[in-house]
Amino acid sequence: MEVLDIIKPENQVFCKTKLMTDTALSYCPGCGHGTAHNLVMEVVEEMGIASDTIGVAPVGCSVLAYDFMNIDMTQAAHGRAPAVATGIARTWPEKYVFTYQGDGDLAAIGTAETIHACNRGENIVIVFVNNGIYGMTGGQMAPTTLSGMKTSTSPYGREIETMGSPLKITELVANLPGVYYATRHAVHTHKHARKAKKALKKAFENTRLKKGLSIVEIVSNCNSGWKMTPNDSNDWMAENMFPYFRLGDIKVNGKLK
Amino acid sequence: MSELKLMKGNEALAEAAIRVGADAYFGYPITPQSEVIEYLMAQRPEERTGMVVLQAESEIAAINMVYGAASSGKRVMTSSSSPGISLKLEGISYLAGAELPAVIVNVVRAGPGLGTIQPAQGDYFQSVKGGGHGDYKLYVLAPASVQEMSDFVEDAFAIAYKYRAPVLILSDGLIGQMMEKVILKDQQKRMTDEELIKKYDDWATTGKTDRERNIVTSLDLQPDKMETRVNKLIKKYAQMEREDLRFETLNCEDAEYLFVAYGSSARIAQKAMELGREKGIKVGLLRPITLFPFPKKQLFDLADQVEGILSVELSAGQMVEDVRLAVEHKVPVEHFGRTGGIIHTPEEIIEALEEKIIKNGSVRHHKTRESSIL
Repeated sequence: MEVLDIIKPENQVFCKTKLMTDTALSYCPGCGHGTAHNLVMEVVEEMGIASDTIGVAPVGCSVLAYDFMNIDMTQAAHGRAPAVATGIARTWPEKYVFTYQGDGDLAAIGTAETIHACNRGENIVIVFVNNGIYGMTGGQMAPTTLSGMKTSTSPYGREIETMGSPLKITELVANLPGVYYATRHAVHTHKHARKAKKALKKAFENTRLKKGLSIVEIVSNCNSGWKMTPNDSNDWMAENMFPYFRLGDIKVNGKLK
Repeated sequence: MSELKLMKGNEALAEAAIRVGADAYFGYPITPQSEVIEYLMAQRPEERTGMVVLQAESEIAAINMVYGAASSGKRVMTSSSSPGISLKLEGISYLAGAELPAVIVNVVRAGPGLGTIQPAQGDYFQSVKGGGHGDYKLYVLAPASVQEMSDFVEDAFAIAYKYRAPVLILSDGLIGQMMEKVILKDQQKRMTDEELIKKYDDWATTGKTDRERNIVTSLDLQPDKMETRVNKLIKKYAQMEREDLRFETLNCEDAEYLFVAYGSSARIAQKAMELGREKGIKVGLLRPITLFPFPKKQLFDLADQVEGILSVELSAGQMVEDVRLAVEHKVPVEHFGRTGGIIHTPEEIIEALEEKIIKNGSVRHHKTRESSIL
């Protein structure tokens, strides 16, 4: 069988969503962003809401998300995506509006925008990719960097006494009445990716039902920033990140777990 | 029907936002402009026209809400006062870079820092010299009456959409807080979502239909593309200078001296001009209505006629630099103005003209436009 035979539609059991463009991803090989992008776009495609979906890209590694997601997108200033999404969602109440943000963007510079969009219960979805580091600027310490973790701005390891503890912002905002759904997932294995996709679907479904804000955190790797091979970074993530950032639902249907 | 009312400048501006059919206003309280959001909240514009009004958690959030709504094609406005505008500048730079139309209002108070809540005009540099980062300019309208606080909202939206660019209404605490009669224009209809999608289909993020996806961004990582983006902006600003300069002149026909003043200072300088004329001093007034574009040529030409120019501003001297640039040293150009929230009197202005200009006699440098270009 030739390659051309294999890729004939009748032989395909799986194909890339039309909502991902053919532009080569700018992410490092082994990074979880590509899978996370793909899952979000699959959900939007499967729900048939692409023409009513507006995405907000952050500043950080995923600033170019609009190059890969084949939907209308607005690029926000660093940390301001929840405010930008508020501006869109308030003036287009029937649309599906989501932000795609990293941990530096969402949990450091954009903390105020995150908390207040959550507190107002904006009818949006926040996709929050947490890899415990600033990837794009070259591996600096993030609010979510684990204790003792070495980064370019914590070269001797994060010291809790002087640098504070890694921020569990999803747990923090889950306490706000405006947050209807808060959950944490990973995308490094098929099993995890399937669960994450289910969560994303639930989140967009909440927008459709006008339930308020849904935040889906995806704990991911940064093999370049962590200076590991992709496989090692995934193992390290499971071993070190998951015990602190526990996977699973934090708040479902407006009720804390 | 148009209505005659007695209103504060801030209220007239807020009412005009509803009447021009704005889709949204995002704001944050700060003296002396809090009446804008207070008035809007009290008016229930959601019921009157469907306009969204939201109090944000900060000026930063408010300008980014503006950015979001503008990116999806909605007619949107925000207002603040000096320290709050400083916070908005990042967002304003993004609006300019991403070519988004929006109206921003600054009801200026005295600075720097927290300064004081009384009126000032110390944000001239911030308004016309960029303020935020990068190569951009704002079209700046300077109202000098409550009527103009109302009228300029419509004008600002018209310019914002003509150029797909942010427009600043540079008011001050005096114009914002004082009450005057104002003729309010008729209510205009808000655009329907269908009309909007059709009209702005080539750029607004309203949801990708069968067209190519729309992307709103100010990012171009390739230098040649970024330069192309900047050049496009520069072209817009050149067109603004050609087509949308606004100013007015009073008593300039026979003037031997000239006041240049905008906003509240123009009102006070107008009275000073009358006092001067009573004393036999032939003084005229040039009032820039737009601060960018600036009436450079008009000043250059008037400098051939007058003996000296006094730039009157509630600042330590900011616009005076642009007046000097425009006049190219043909005649002396001096500054007069109080700061700290103190408002100068017409008498002080006339005294300043006598002291700083008239006393020194004629020191004309003969220059023509042509010789100066050479």
